[in-house]
Amino acid sequence: MSDTTLRSATISVLVENESGVLARVIGLFSGRGYNIDNLTVAPVERDGSKSRITVVTRGTAMVIEQIKAQLDRLVPVYKVLDLSEGPHLARELALIKVLGTGEKRAEALRLADAFRARVIDATTESFTFELTGATDKLDAFLELMRPLGLAEVSRTGVAAIARGVKTIN
Amino acid sequence: MDGTIAAPELMNSGAEAVLRALKAQGVDVIFGYPGGAVLPLYDALFQQNEIKHILVRHEQAAVHAAEGYARSTGKVGVVLVTSGPGATNAVTGLVDALMDSIPLVCLSGQVPTHLIGNDAFQEADTTGITRPATKHNYLVKKSEDLVRVMHEAFLVARTGRPGPVLVDLPKDILIAPAPYREPGNAPHRSYNPRTEPDPRRIEEAVAMLKRAERPVIYAGGGVINAGPEAARLLIEFTRLTGFPITNTLMGLGAYPASDPLFVGMLGMHGTYEANLAMHGCDVMLNIGARFDDRVTGRLNAFSPNSKKIHADIDPASINKSVMVDVPIVGDALAVLKALIAAWKKDSTQPNRAALAQWWGQIDVWRAKDSLRFTQPRDPGSIIKPQYAIEQLYKATRGRETFITTEVGQHQMWAAQYFRFEKPNRWMTSGGLGTMGYGLPAAMGAQVAHPDALVIDIAGEASILMNIQEMGTLAQYRLPVKIFILNNQYMGMVRQWQELLHGSRYSSSYSEALPDFVKLAESFQAVGLRAEKVDDLDRVIAEMLAVDKPVIADICVDQKENVFPMIPSGAAHNEMLLGPEHKDTSGPAVSNEGMALV
Repeated sequence: MSDTTLRSATISVLVENESGVLARVIGLFSGRGYNIDNLTVAPVERDGSKSRITVVTRGTAMVIEQIKAQLDRLVPVYKVLDLSEGPHLARELALIKVLGTGEKRAEALRLADAFRARVIDATTESFTFELTGATDKLDAFLELMRPLGLAEVSRTGVAAIARGVKTIN
Repeated sequence: MDGTIAAPELMNSGAEAVLRALKAQGVDVIFGYPGGAVLPLYDALFQQNEIKHILVRHEQAAVHAAEGYARSTGKVGVVLVTSGPGATNAVTGLVDALMDSIPLVCLSGQVPTHLIGNDAFQEADTTGITRPATKHNYLVKKSEDLVRVMHEAFLVARTGRPGPVLVDLPKDILIAPAPYREPGNAPHRSYNPRTEPDPRRIEEAVAMLKRAERPVIYAGGGVINAGPEAARLLIEFTRLTGFPITNTLMGLGAYPASDPLFVGMLGMHGTYEANLAMHGCDVMLNIGARFDDRVTGRLNAFSPNSKKIHADIDPASINKSVMVDVPIVGDALAVLKALIAAWKKDSTQPNRAALAQWWGQIDVWRAKDSLRFTQPRDPGSIIKPQYAIEQLYKATRGRETFITTEVGQHQMWAAQYFRFEKPNRWMTSGGLGTMGYGLPAAMGAQVAHPDALVIDIAGEASILMNIQEMGTLAQYRLPVKIFILNNQYMGMVRQWQELLHGSRYSSSYSEALPDFVKLAESFQAVGLRAEKVDDLDRVIAEMLAVDKPVIADICVDQKENVFPMIPSGAAHNEMLLGPEHKDTSGPAVSNEGMALV
């Protein structure tokens, strides 16, 4: 039987920036029962003609190969690149609101400093931090904030790119 | 880009631009149904004579008719429906074409652009609804995009793995003037399917095949889609190798059924020899088939000891359910050409002794005669459905015949007992299994081949799903023959209930059937009925002699089941054989098997 170990994959998809293209990609995942851990999308060409979608997904090696092949055969897809096959950089941004006063509030600020999170808004009862990093760094920071008054999180999902001279084009 | 792009010519209306694009794409017939949003297109159709419009009675039938047209000609089938219900009615047909890789372009009307999203009368989110039902779809929002989209729709429909493409046309776009350009030959921006196989993979495949001791070739609808030349090369390659060959349901006719190397159809209702050859082979060459669950049976027991070579135009079909050793991405025609050349070039001698032994084994399986049945001949005996197909086949031999089917037992008997010698003569709903497919598909085939014999082999339940198309046959004098194997049951449902659900025939009896003879007559067709075995040949002869549409109501044995059968969740070597054979018990169906369809 084929390998049943699950692996995570970060896949970049360069698409024609046309109406419905994101629905096509997402519909492919839901329609075929693939998993989306997170997803980002934005135009990347100067003229706005192409967008880059980055999907973090999980599956067996066979399923990951299927996902790539299925994405590649969509008509508005230029290129599919599995970044997790090689060295790559992946970053996510989170805006994190922590409510509290006193020692807990001071501790939240100290930890934020250690994680290099920026304070982008503050009141006497709250901090809003901006933190950029790999997904596991964000997860770790959020765990620390939980007992300190973590109230709300907004995360962007992963943007990723290959290391070195390799490009998607 | 194409260097010779002329300045666009401004057409008076988008509708005229659409028709001109259709003509440039070689379209001579459209299957459709009018409505408010497409009135400008119908008006433009009225004012020209080059494109014929066939008015169907339901939009689903328009799509199946276009499929029948496409599958019997190799051309792109074209459908025209209105907005809202027109488009939603077409959805079943679109999914059918998607599953069976049939090239279609479906034009749908849409409310004017300024009303989109307003819940306007007969508005539906057609591109949203049909996104997973098509290979690709478009909503044209600007007149300057209209003609480019039209040409692109045809390119996408017919190239790569073919499929249905929908173009949604808002009414204001059909009315406003639109620029026209001829189709260029510039490559598409993002869509460039690979058709030429990697030569290294071909060499690997040939090296594997040359050393095979128990090989089998398994060819599917991809060979038919690649055109008649691909089928010719399949014959050439198979004869060159001397290997046994089996066809899928979709591939019937890709290899001549009368050829001694042909071991019959494989899969759930395939022959004993085809399935055991698949199970026991050491090298399998799959060309243009997709390891469908109806073919593989239980995956972890599927052909357990073979090296597998899989050639397919769709990279997503490779390693989807069955891991293969040599993947080849390419068009079946290009793959076969390359295989023949590489086979001739490779000086390795195939293992003829092992092959002879393998054929000896296959002949033992063949001798089991798994399609055997007994037709009682005493006058008044009830007709066996298998016999009805066999007699129909004998009576039509030598004539240019196109067969379509509905879905169910009759479909499987047609696949088993009607023998196809050429591609594009057999049209059945393989992937989606759409009851109601056969009559409209036959209409489309008859429109494409007015002088040929076109027969819809039907069941009494399926035929009622698009029976309204009798009106279309009458209007256009299409002499389609509808050959109903009437067992008064949704036979395949009944068979599964008998085998898997303790013979509890829940809602599978065809209650309150019409009198098919009178029904035919009410649509100006000829109605015939055979109730006993001694009626059968006369009814077939009469049916074939009339140059009008005919419904032949063939009353067949209600209890007959389709055998051989690989029960759900079972392996190829766990086939059930029919009552003619002693060993009918077979394996018990597992709980997992019960959950499969």
